[in-house]
Amino acid sequence: MSNPSNTTAAPQQRGTGFWKDNLREYGMLISLLAIVLIFAYLTNGVILRPLNLTNIILQNSYVVIMALGMLMIIVTGHIDLSVGSVAGFIGGVGAVLMVPYHIDFGVAALLCLILGGIIGAAQGYFIAYLKIPSFIVTLAGMLVFRGLMITVLGSQAIGPFDPSFQKLSSGFIPELISSEGSFYVTSFIIGILLAVFLVWQSFQSRVRHLSHGVETEPLALFIGKNVVVFGIIAYIAYLISSYRGMPNVLIIMGVLIAAYAFFTNRTVIGRQIYAVGGNAKAAELSGIKTQRLVFWTFVNMGVLAGLAGLVVAARLNSATPKAGTGFELDVIAACFIGGASAYGGVGKVTGAVIGAFLMGVMNNGMSILGIGIDLQQVIKGLVLLGAVCVDVYNQRR
Amino acid sequence: MLDPSTNTVPHPIPPVEKPPILEMRGISKSFGAVKALSDVSFAVQEGEIHALVGENGAGKSTLMKVLSGVYPHGSYEGSILFDGEERQFRDINDSEKLGIIIIHQELALIPLMSIAENIFLHSAPSKFGIIDRDERRRRTKALLEKVGLTEAPEMLITNIGVGKQQMVEIAKALSKDVRLLILDEPTASLNETDSAALLELLKEFRRRGITSIMISHKLNEITEIADRITVLRDGRTVGTMDCHAGPVDEDEIVRRMVDRDLESRYPKREPKIGDVVFEVENWSAFHPLHSERQVVKNVSMKVRAGEIVGISGLMGAGRTEFAMSLFGRSWGRHITGTAKLHGKELDLSDVHKAIKAGLAYVTEDRKQLGLVLAEDIRKNISLAHLGGVSKRGVIDDIAEMKVAQEFRGRMRIRSHNVYQETGKLSGGNQQKVVLSKWLFTGPEVLILDEPTRGIDVGAKYEIYTIINELADAGKAVVVISSEMPELIGICDRIMVMHEGEFVGEVAGEQATQENIMRAIMRRKVREQ
Repeated sequence: MSNPSNTTAAPQQRGTGFWKDNLREYGMLISLLAIVLIFAYLTNGVILRPLNLTNIILQNSYVVIMALGMLMIIVTGHIDLSVGSVAGFIGGVGAVLMVPYHIDFGVAALLCLILGGIIGAAQGYFIAYLKIPSFIVTLAGMLVFRGLMITVLGSQAIGPFDPSFQKLSSGFIPELISSEGSFYVTSFIIGILLAVFLVWQSFQSRVRHLSHGVETEPLALFIGKNVVVFGIIAYIAYLISSYRGMPNVLIIMGVLIAAYAFFTNRTVIGRQIYAVGGNAKAAELSGIKTQRLVFWTFVNMGVLAGLAGLVVAARLNSATPKAGTGFELDVIAACFIGGASAYGGVGKVTGAVIGAFLMGVMNNGMSILGIGIDLQQVIKGLVLLGAVCVDVYNQRR
Repeated sequence: MLDPSTNTVPHPIPPVEKPPILEMRGISKSFGAVKALSDVSFAVQEGEIHALVGENGAGKSTLMKVLSGVYPHGSYEGSILFDGEERQFRDINDSEKLGIIIIHQELALIPLMSIAENIFLHSAPSKFGIIDRDERRRRTKALLEKVGLTEAPEMLITNIGVGKQQMVEIAKALSKDVRLLILDEPTASLNETDSAALLELLKEFRRRGITSIMISHKLNEITEIADRITVLRDGRTVGTMDCHAGPVDEDEIVRRMVDRDLESRYPKREPKIGDVVFEVENWSAFHPLHSERQVVKNVSMKVRAGEIVGISGLMGAGRTEFAMSLFGRSWGRHITGTAKLHGKELDLSDVHKAIKAGLAYVTEDRKQLGLVLAEDIRKNISLAHLGGVSKRGVIDDIAEMKVAQEFRGRMRIRSHNVYQETGKLSGGNQQKVVLSKWLFTGPEVLILDEPTRGIDVGAKYEIYTIINELADAGKAVVVISSEMPELIGICDRIMVMHEGEFVGEVAGEQATQENIMRAIMRRKVREQ
């Protein structure tokens, strides 16, 4: 503060650099929009029909939920290959608890989440405290929990579930206002409120920053961004409301995304996680308990994998020995497409969520177009490689 | 261009009959703004042992890296003549082809490979691309004999001692038809017997016509075997002494190594020294991997309020290890001893507790250990004291920004704003960010390890000013540095460390580089 001229001069100095600095985040959102528009054109709008849009959300919910945990693991410089098996295993355990043992679905779900946490803690202990590379520990976990899952299920599908448990994935929020025809007003209002809240938040933050002389994005960009965000959310809310309203799982996802975005951006522990990934030794010498942080990111991942397992089981209305196969790849790809760095220290929750939906929209769009599963894999692989290449290229500049 | 280079050398090289095997003319090399070598000239006669001496950071290793091609042609100024021809080495392979072999202080052997595999790592005898093991074994045996080793060629490197590893390195050099052997501190980690064996071997090589350059701090060894001695200081040649022209005085070497102008490089300060603030008693630490090696040996020290205490010593003396073991046991194992602040014993069992207790440690390696380079200035400054910018675990970004801006102004960190990535700042500004980070923790005791390493003279002056301000604010300040003039310039008292112990203490007004060097050298001689 001894030199006030520095602080006031700063915004003008770097106004033009703002685009470049935030290219990564805007770039992600723009790519998602572009892909949606391309598929909307190619499929003659089928992809944006209310039924299909609801399906995209339901189909990708588990990827988004696990990507939240995976992002933090990747930010600390680790990886978790076991999430697919863990999700499948816990789905299986939940099915056994609920179907043959008739345990109440709420209690069973709680037990499943605790079990997920225990599994995460076990793997995290090897990784954080015994310093076994996470790749190896979770590769072992991938095999172990796949095997345990088949044991638990006795090599057969278990189902169907209590209808109230199914609602976790296939239910929709109840309609409070008597609706006219097939439009779900409550869902629409929630969507609009969310959009208003987000715009209000960003406006508040801008005012607060400006009043303290902090550099912010140019006004035109700010308005444009908010108009686009408001428009998209309102449009999605409108589409969803004209099918069956807001799915329960979308509410869960929304709350989790908001919570994790806040946690990673604004809390002390979130900041410390980024520091550990950016430079573990420097973090340690700054008094950060790096081992404990890594341990807890794995515990968190285990709980989220458990939740994802329940969501998948509820959606399929049965736990099958195949459930969860290959999930880890979708989840990891979502994080990397979303701008996380394989070297750790870099990555955002919003990026991982956008990455997950980008993959989901591509899967869905290509299926509608009738592109074979073989070619779909090739295209998805190339998109992953391309996204990371663009990122690395941007970093070098 | 081939005009005698003697014009540029302050002390002309004594006339000799033969042209030198190696001549380096007017070598200059900079790292960013830091000049590591300026107009260095250096000549080696065929068949001699030539010693290269100088303080840490005088440019010895840099000069040898220029010679061996680690720094390729074009990255430095000046010319290298070998066998009377100008050479332009692109990498280390080019110099090795001519028989210039360098053995670094940190041995480059692969621990889990055998002696034979290490010696013939790059050029194993082979038939049709398949390694001929019998031939390799035979040749290895012959080479080991030359260096006086009786170990089996199949022995793994990890199973033989450091002294023998050094010999294997030399055997490896011999396998490449060495003509000029460069040894960087070859006896630094050897005991007396191994050192004597190595010196004997060098003499044997001299009889066989192999030329050697030896970098060493051990002046008694140098005067014993060297034919000529070249002294470097601050990246310049001070002169070359001929050991056959008359007896060489060790004090004379020391004087040439350290003598330099100290004026106006250090800000003036009137010390206001108070009571003892920080006290360490019987501090010991062992190497984390070699648990039998005690690196810090029952060290005790006291620091008073407003006092700047320096710790001097050669590389490997245990200074950084002492500081890091103190700072939350971040180095070493089996750490024992007590530390007191204002007479109260401290719990320093982890870094978090050490920071809470009022300690701050500024690492010698700011890029590897000090900064998160991908993060901005603001996040680096708050990192060690996030509690100071947060409420109930949630960071107040405005408060954080204000803290960062305050330090940016106070420390004169040159950047566009506090949101600039620290990886893109200059060394001096990076160091100011690290200092800011530690000042924000509000420490009582500041330990600064090589606080001005690799930064330019102007930034150094600013850092010294900051250190002085801290002392004047009543903090206890400890500065570890390999640059003796720096310690003499800023410290009120200098402790001399050698092999994990304090071997001398010099009050600020009596401190000279000769005094400090003598304390170290006396100890070395007594050991041998």
